[in-house]
Amino acid sequence: MPDIVTEIIHKYNYWLYIILMMIGLYAMIAKNNLIKKLIGMNIFQTAIILFFISIGYKEDATIPIIVGGHGPEMSHQAIEAAQYMNPLPHVLMLTAIVVSVATLGVALALVIMVYQRYQTLEEDEIRMRVTQ
Amino acid sequence: MKLAGLIIVMICGGLLLTATQDFPAWGDPSSPASTHLSPHFITEALHETGAPNLVTAVLADYRGYDTMFETVVVFGAGLACILLLRTYTQRTRGREYRHIPTGIVIHIQDPNKAPKGQREFQLIDNMWVPHDLIIKTVCRILIPFIQIFGLYVVCHGDFSPGGGFQGGVIFGASLILLALSFDLRTFLEQMSEKALGLLCALGVVIYSGIGCMCILLGGNFLDYSQLAAVLPVDPGHVRALGMLGVEIGVGFSVMSVMAILYVNIASAGRHNQGL
Repeated sequence: MPDIVTEIIHKYNYWLYIILMMIGLYAMIAKNNLIKKLIGMNIFQTAIILFFISIGYKEDATIPIIVGGHGPEMSHQAIEAAQYMNPLPHVLMLTAIVVSVATLGVALALVIMVYQRYQTLEEDEIRMRVTQ
Repeated sequence: MKLAGLIIVMICGGLLLTATQDFPAWGDPSSPASTHLSPHFITEALHETGAPNLVTAVLADYRGYDTMFETVVVFGAGLACILLLRTYTQRTRGREYRHIPTGIVIHIQDPNKAPKGQREFQLIDNMWVPHDLIIKTVCRILIPFIQIFGLYVVCHGDFSPGGGFQGGVIFGASLILLALSFDLRTFLEQMSEKALGLLCALGVVIYSGIGCMCILLGGNFLDYSQLAAVLPVDPGHVRALGMLGVEIGVGFSVMSVMAILYVNIASAGRHNQGL
């Protein structure tokens, strides 16, 4: 049993993002209201973002901006890869955040259209009115 | 449905949790993600691109294509929002306006006409709220500073945390604050729907235009080092300047799409009243 506990403590970032992701997935599957489904989708996306950012982290490293990288006192000392965090996950997640904003905007527009047509956002009521 | 969902979620979560055993530990410097490509970015990006902010260097230079189509995605989202929601049906009955200093309410038959001296009159919608001096004054003071900060974040994206997306969002947030604290009509007087659409497209045009300019100067698409022929700076700096131009394009697009999304979603496409 202590094995599992140390495992969780060493990899708590993965546990956190998986729990968050499953909350989002459950909301997308089980919730009846379309807005709640959208919130679930956003929680899911946030979990993925958290996962990638945690991959980029390194012990004893600073943010990926070169110290003394510009200006008159520009230093010419060698840059070691262990000094700076991995910039690639940050870049990927920057674009992912933008995509999540774009999808959320279009999704909200669609939800407004659905509401204007059926006067409700509950999924079972919408299904009832579609079959009528 | 709820039970089935719970079972699916449990199975998925269990599978993912068992998979974490193979994952590297938290903050491990020798994890696979930090050993293949990223050491090259960290050690060489400053010499190759001239931008100390590695995130911007990777975003706008190494992954320039990706970011260009990212901007197109943002543009597409704004376009989709307009196409889905925007309606041009006019209301037929007139509008009520309140004269703020005296409190007299007047009724105007023609829905397209507004009384003279716009600032003294306030439209009464069904979401009408009283004229609030404190909120309006505070926002009027704050908005210019927010916008200057947004411009700083865009322009300083090569050297410090920031860039086109972040600065564009800050600038867009200041526009949304204007629309929230005053009303949607005041906002659309400052920045018309047409201007927002044009700025949104202009951002994409700037980005792809810089890429095409690199082709015309004899290099590859988005190969900023070719811009040295037209920009009077030292060759080590030219790529950073190309990135700055690209980031400005991204900032335009993101800023106007934020505003377009807000305006259309808040008024359900009618553009007559916001939140």
